[in-house]
Amino acid sequence: MSFAKMTVSGLALAALSATAAVARDQVQVAGSSTVLPYASIVAEAFGENFDFPTPVVESGGSSAGLKRFCEGVGENTIDVANASRKIKDSEVKACADAGVTDIIEVRIGYDGIVFASQLNGPAYDAFEPADLYNALAAKVVKDGALVDNTYAQWADFNGDLPAEDIVAFIPGTKHGTREVFEEKVILAGCEATGALEAYKAENGGDEKAAEKSCMTLRTDGKSVDIDGDYTETLARIDSNPNGIGVFGLAFYENNTDKLKVATMSGVAASTESIASGEYPVSRPLFFYIKKAHIGVIPGLKEFAEFFVSDEIAGPDGPLAQYGLVSDPELADTQAVVSEEKTMGNNS
Amino acid sequence: MTDITNLPGNAAEPRKHGSLLEKDARTARRNAAEKRFQVYGMVAIGIGLLMLVILVVNIFSQGLGAFQQTFVTLEVQLDESKLDKNGNRNLEEIKKVSTFGYAPLIQQAFEAKVAADGIETALPGKAMADILSKSAAAQLRDFVIANPDEIGKTVEFRFLANSRVDGYLKGRVTRESIVNDKNVTAEQLDFVDALKEDGVLAKTFNMSFITGADASDQRPEDAGMGVSMLGSLFMMLVVLILSLPIGVAASIYLEEFAAKNWLTDIIEVNISNLAAVPSIVFGILGLAVFINYMHLPMSAPLVGGLVLTLMTLPTIIISTRASLKAVPPSIRDAALGVGASKMQAVFHHVLPLAAPGILTGTIIGLAQALGETAPLLLIGMVGFIASNAPDSIASGLLSPNSAMPAQIYEWAKRADPAFYERAWGGIIILLLFLITMNTVAVILRRRFERRW
Repeated sequence: MSFAKMTVSGLALAALSATAAVARDQVQVAGSSTVLPYASIVAEAFGENFDFPTPVVESGGSSAGLKRFCEGVGENTIDVANASRKIKDSEVKACADAGVTDIIEVRIGYDGIVFASQLNGPAYDAFEPADLYNALAAKVVKDGALVDNTYAQWADFNGDLPAEDIVAFIPGTKHGTREVFEEKVILAGCEATGALEAYKAENGGDEKAAEKSCMTLRTDGKSVDIDGDYTETLARIDSNPNGIGVFGLAFYENNTDKLKVATMSGVAASTESIASGEYPVSRPLFFYIKKAHIGVIPGLKEFAEFFVSDEIAGPDGPLAQYGLVSDPELADTQAVVSEEKTMGNNS
Repeated sequence: MTDITNLPGNAAEPRKHGSLLEKDARTARRNAAEKRFQVYGMVAIGIGLLMLVILVVNIFSQGLGAFQQTFVTLEVQLDESKLDKNGNRNLEEIKKVSTFGYAPLIQQAFEAKVAADGIETALPGKAMADILSKSAAAQLRDFVIANPDEIGKTVEFRFLANSRVDGYLKGRVTRESIVNDKNVTAEQLDFVDALKEDGVLAKTFNMSFITGADASDQRPEDAGMGVSMLGSLFMMLVVLILSLPIGVAASIYLEEFAAKNWLTDIIEVNISNLAAVPSIVFGILGLAVFINYMHLPMSAPLVGGLVLTLMTLPTIIISTRASLKAVPPSIRDAALGVGASKMQAVFHHVLPLAAPGILTGTIIGLAQALGETAPLLLIGMVGFIASNAPDSIASGLLSPNSAMPAQIYEWAKRADPAFYERAWGGIIILLLFLITMNTVAVILRRRFERRW
């Protein structure tokens, strides 16, 4: 029947064109949703200024992106992984196992993590890492002993904070932001309140185990993990007058009509206070390039060089305008990219 | 037995019930129960309608703004010393000037306009140019590369205003809400008011929202649905080409030819089960089979179409079988009776009569696939993707693209509130497509359906 013939030939055509199309001509990027806006700004400008097609940028979180990055070498794997944290040793090993041995690490700049609440809600302007630890950790120090966290209001442990119920919306574990939050805020608070020492005493001086226990957060609903993006956190804050959420600086700057930023250790977050190092909670942003794909995927190296060029990532570039704190050592990063220095050779 | 003895006709006993014209308590109760049930039904319908009205009003009030955009009309002098230093109109040399090199031209154009029209402002040129979209420089550059002969002349351009200014004209951004905003100042809004007075700046219908491509986080004003619409179109093409023949062939065989035994029973049950499988499962399957095993390109509408085909097949098979069943056996018997083979009976008589039902099922299956996002997440069709318009059918199928619902999802999670408006606008477009498809299905059914 001509009907059946048509179906068969249609299928054959589809299969044929698919094999012919394996040669990919645009750069594929995936990873951190914090880096996504920056990467898409660069991708757009790259498409405008070069003859290469606009790169494709997907999100999904740093860990998810690096996992895809480490799937192997070849045109059906991504070329660049964005990450809001440094690649872990375990991930480097997973990469090597899959044949991804030469990885170029590129630091694009710094991003601040801010704590923000509803514009018309109570003012949280006396935060210290210790306060957030007391509010969110599973166990806190009371009268010199570690006890389960029963604090219900901010004022319970710090008289300078408002007498409001504790509700915090923090990024879920698949986000790179979570790790920075744990390290720079919770761990610092753990140390400041003396809980770290208490944990250490409890398990016989094992520092690593004590740090791990520090990062266990309470599970009674006062600390809420948000697995989605910042827009989800924003929606939760919107419906929760005394809620406090964790955001990237750039997200906050685009929503100043709804959010009010809390100070940390007396410093308000801004690109200036992060660049000067005054504001404590910031983290570097990275992207990782598969060296084996340079020369195979057209435009990959040009894209990476364009990304870290002064016009883009410099202090007056569009990324800084959007909220990235530009890296004072940008020239070194440019050298890493142009010389294709892989990890392990550029430390 | 007791019923019979209680019949009112039985003269030995007095009639238990009074006249039919008089309501006794039991009848009143029954009538009341019926009334109550009707009220419940009306309340249920009322709630449904109310929800629909709220939804529609909400969608349109939030989304209609996306179809209008603020434009600034400016005359830009394409300065030869900046764009083509050697003056030889060599395209390669002209291309070396990046979009950053075009920014000063726009500032000059603003300064010239302010001087010519006598608009009073204390803003420096850069702050004036900042009320434009970041796409303005790219628009200039594209124009110059396409028309290198225009270098040195003065050309009128229509630039997009940036999302804050656009929001100010739409009432989303107010002078109170920008107090902490670093992207726009009150002086710039004064300048915008002055430009509006002067007629330079105006809000008009925005065609590029319907035809354009996605834009990065910094320029929501430039983002459009067009390319993702093409992505959806190519996916639907794949779904139609694959699922209609496969689905119809499978159902004809199962319904007309296959022996009824345990094997066909198992197949039947599994087709019904397949229709109930969550779509995300098909996404994972697509990732494992089409991308990781068959090495088809990531983010390609071809792969999206294949995944959605798996999802649509059960719908088509079930509706096709139902419409084949609805054709009375007398038609088959008559055909066989005059000497047709079984295949001739099916293809010449049964299939044409079942066609309207099959078409309706297919259109509804396609409409379902058109609105599906979950499986696309896993095969890489969500992200900053829909930025290259495909230039041929092959590239439409194979080069990365997004789809309408995926684009809406992507916009809804971006930081700038202007994207939120566009997400609602995208929903309006998607709904229009779905309503059109369902209307066509209803019309086809009305027009061709035969009842026996």
